[in-house]
Amino acid sequence: MEFSLTSEQLMVQRMVRDFAQKEAAPRIKELDRDQRADPGLIQRMGALGLLGICLPVRYGGQGLDYISLGLVCEELEYVDSSLRVVLSVHLGLNSLGLLQWGSEAQKLRYLVPQATGEKVAGFALTEPGAGSDVAGLASTARPVDGGYQLQGEKTWISLAGVADHVLWFARTASKAADPHQALTAFILETDRPGVQRGDLHGKLGIRAGSTGWLACDQVFVPVENRLGEEGEGFRIAMACLDGGRYTVASGAAGLIRACLDASVRYAQERRVFGKPLAEVQLIEQKIAGMAQAHAIARLLYLQAGWMKNQGLRNTRETSMAKWYATEAAFACASQAVQVHGAYGYSDEYDVERFLRNARGAMIYEGTSEIHTLIQAGYALGARVDTPLRCELPAYDPAVWSAPGSD
Amino acid sequence: MAAKVFVYLDHFNGQILPASLETIGAAKTAAAALGSPLAALVVGPEAQSVAIQAIQHGADEAWVADAAELKDFRAEAYATVVSKALKDAGAEVFMLPATSRTRELAAMVAVDLATGVAPDVVAFEVKDGKLLATRPVYAGKLMTKVMMPQALPQILLIRGRVFPRPEPDAARSGPVNKLDAAVGTVKSEVLGYKPSDGGVSLTDAGVIVSGGRGVSNNPSLTPPAEITDEREKEIWRAQKGFELVRQLAAVLGGAVGASRAAVDAGYVPYSFQVGQTGKVVSPDLYIACGVSGAIQHLAGMRTSKTIVAINKDSEAPIFKVARFGVVGDLYEVLPALAKELGSRLGK
Amino acid sequence: MNIVVCVKQTPDTAATVTVQDGKVSWGDAPLVINPWDEFAVEQALRTKEAHGGKVTALSLGPEAAKEALKHALAMGCDEAVLVSDPAISAPDSLVVSTVLAAAIAKLGEVDLVFFGRQAVDSDTGLTGAQVARRLGWPSLSLAAAVTALDPGAKTITVARMLDEGRQEVKAPLPAVVSVTKEICEPRYPSFMGIRKASKAPIPVWSLAEIGISAAPQSVLTWPEVFAPPKIETQCEIVAGDSAVAKAAALAARLIEEKVI
Repeated sequence: MEFSLTSEQLMVQRMVRDFAQKEAAPRIKELDRDQRADPGLIQRMGALGLLGICLPVRYGGQGLDYISLGLVCEELEYVDSSLRVVLSVHLGLNSLGLLQWGSEAQKLRYLVPQATGEKVAGFALTEPGAGSDVAGLASTARPVDGGYQLQGEKTWISLAGVADHVLWFARTASKAADPHQALTAFILETDRPGVQRGDLHGKLGIRAGSTGWLACDQVFVPVENRLGEEGEGFRIAMACLDGGRYTVASGAAGLIRACLDASVRYAQERRVFGKPLAEVQLIEQKIAGMAQAHAIARLLYLQAGWMKNQGLRNTRETSMAKWYATEAAFACASQAVQVHGAYGYSDEYDVERFLRNARGAMIYEGTSEIHTLIQAGYALGARVDTPLRCELPAYDPAVWSAPGSD
Repeated sequence: MAAKVFVYLDHFNGQILPASLETIGAAKTAAAALGSPLAALVVGPEAQSVAIQAIQHGADEAWVADAAELKDFRAEAYATVVSKALKDAGAEVFMLPATSRTRELAAMVAVDLATGVAPDVVAFEVKDGKLLATRPVYAGKLMTKVMMPQALPQILLIRGRVFPRPEPDAARSGPVNKLDAAVGTVKSEVLGYKPSDGGVSLTDAGVIVSGGRGVSNNPSLTPPAEITDEREKEIWRAQKGFELVRQLAAVLGGAVGASRAAVDAGYVPYSFQVGQTGKVVSPDLYIACGVSGAIQHLAGMRTSKTIVAINKDSEAPIFKVARFGVVGDLYEVLPALAKELGSRLGK
Repeated sequence: MNIVVCVKQTPDTAATVTVQDGKVSWGDAPLVINPWDEFAVEQALRTKEAHGGKVTALSLGPEAAKEALKHALAMGCDEAVLVSDPAISAPDSLVVSTVLAAAIAKLGEVDLVFFGRQAVDSDTGLTGAQVARRLGWPSLSLAAAVTALDPGAKTITVARMLDEGRQEVKAPLPAVVSVTKEICEPRYPSFMGIRKASKAPIPVWSLAEIGISAAPQSVLTWPEVFAPPKIETQCEIVAGDSAVAKAAALAARLIEEKVI
């Protein structure tokens, strides 16, 4: 078992760390305070190739592996969760979904411009009335001549206001015996007639991120835009979540590290009772807890990334990583605020933002409760993964770095 | 006895650099310890007059070279002259002030004479006839004592503002000898020169004068009648206060900074902010005016070499980290300080 | 144009450096490309992009120094060479410049050599000028901008940052230029560059291969390394009858203590 990162992965990690520190960090506080996302940052990420980092070169990507994706997410969320959210929806949920389930024509048409950052991608699954209960979603897709007519509303959609393409999930069979066979996935261009969207504000955290709603009113999509087969939508959504959850897990490891570093720094500077705060045992305990959480979160996501590289099904491991890391991140952020005392309660320091950001990750991409049930299912043998019709491609350095044929 | 200890006098536009004079003092100590007279090396225009000043400041003799090819400082030309002089004399120690010219010069002389250079020396001792020079490494996080057991001359670049400047004695005199100024063709040529226009950036500044909330605290200042809003009156007063901060910074050739409180109150733009959420700075001198010294401000300037605090409140936390403090009204202290320093620094 | 850029591998500047058993230790902080050298690499790449040719990154160091060269390759350098020999240990700038000059000579027909201003560990800033002296080439240090470059006429003009101002100097090629941070903003390594760099073969030359039969010896030794003494700040409240008196007293103290 090789636990070291390769020279290539270390270079990737260093490059993203530099980018995030230089270009995003100076602006984040201001953007977070104003509840404003900066589209320029998404463009920069696109220009640098981050939005296609783990996609094959022939699909416009950078030809790096899934572990690199995890490293990128960890470094981005170290600065702010909103940066990692871009990768979660654009790459983790949407683009990796296309890589796994898209036809060659769909990949060339949608994945390539997404990989280069020319188009921004999102993931429209959640509805006002359906979050955890995916199978219970209400949006419909009525078959019509040449395609489908989409009707419905999605909410809490990251990048809703700026996405060019979203994966849209709707019910195609209202009377299916098994509700999990009733959904179908579609690639929806947001400039189609009948598509409306708006921004949502007032979130507790990820305020520098763009979140919104999307609605379809009799929107026609041609049959070429259907992703996978009719009735495969639920399975596709779950497979996409394996990608999204991986980015959330790796990002949360970065958030934990940010809490740890901030706490160490502050504890070394601040003096209490005639000595540095860092020499107070109950503070040492908090810092030790954060170090432990980071070590665990990191190993869990790297293992999931390794499995993706090998082409191994990793639903269980990714779920475990996401569940652990997001819960731990929230706990660490809370402790980090405590370490900072009253200063932690003020936006003078970063830790209150870490706390607000961390809270969201326990809700999206599978609530902690959903993951609890998933893990119980696996542990009790009630849940068994069966092979999927399409699997996420394993990482193959030679194949992935080969240029496309023109 | 022939001089074995040499000191290089760096000069610019006919002016001898203060660092050069300090280096004479340092070199004199070495010369005394080694039982050698001290010889000054001067190359370039006005070499003669610089040489005389060198002797007045403590050199026992001087060697000069002035020729058309040496009109502009070019390291490759100056090094040829200097290397020959040191070699002919069998020099054992060669000290230069650390300036933007001398590092290159010393580097080249070291190649010519197959010897070593200790740059940025802040202290030295003489041990068994050899110099042990103390210099910073790892951006000053560590210090080393370096020596050259065999190579000669031992070349030291002396950091400025560390060694005392010797008092000149106008009556002192000594021989001023001519050096071989042949340098052959100099490949590079100086096309032009533009003096700095000031405008120092906070993060690069060697001196920073910062204003805090206290900068607006001058009830005796009356804003013009048209300003009626209390907050605007406060900002107006603060801007007067910041004028004083700016003036002191100008005298010291430094940059202006501010605490978060001053920025939040609207006295100055965010780009001036020093601290946790602003810029982290590490100047040689940080003068905090009307700054209370809360921990988040300290995080941005704590590594400053010397901190001076000026505050009305003797209990302000800033005094705990300051090396020098004045308890007083900055509206009175700052102009007086600017004037005093201005005249002492000859500005 | 045949361009060479010399790079060094140093500890990360964020590392906590301490002295352990009389030796410098940076704990488990990573070794990186000397930050100043990134500016040199960037300037070398921009020169190639403007005038054509190739850029070779060159370093003297142990096997691990290949990582610094990989960074240079990932930024876009065409080739990289490492000079490494067990006979060299703790080289001073005299040794380094001897080796680099010989390696540059072996690379043949080089037009321009770039250096970063100094290495963040030893902080000497001598090597560029010394390499130039050995090669008999002009040295243009403290370069804040390359204002003109004519490969046909073989001339280069740079603006140098002196303490007193900005000096324009023109020199014939080949020349050695050592750069400051003002010269450019280094690009990030591209991911394609990272992929290529991790696979690129980096030849390792021994001293014999660059024509040096006897290992040059350092003339400078470091008998002692220590952490600077922590100064406990005791605030000296400057006294005086009036604000003016206090200001005068403060000014006197600041000048006395050589703070100003």
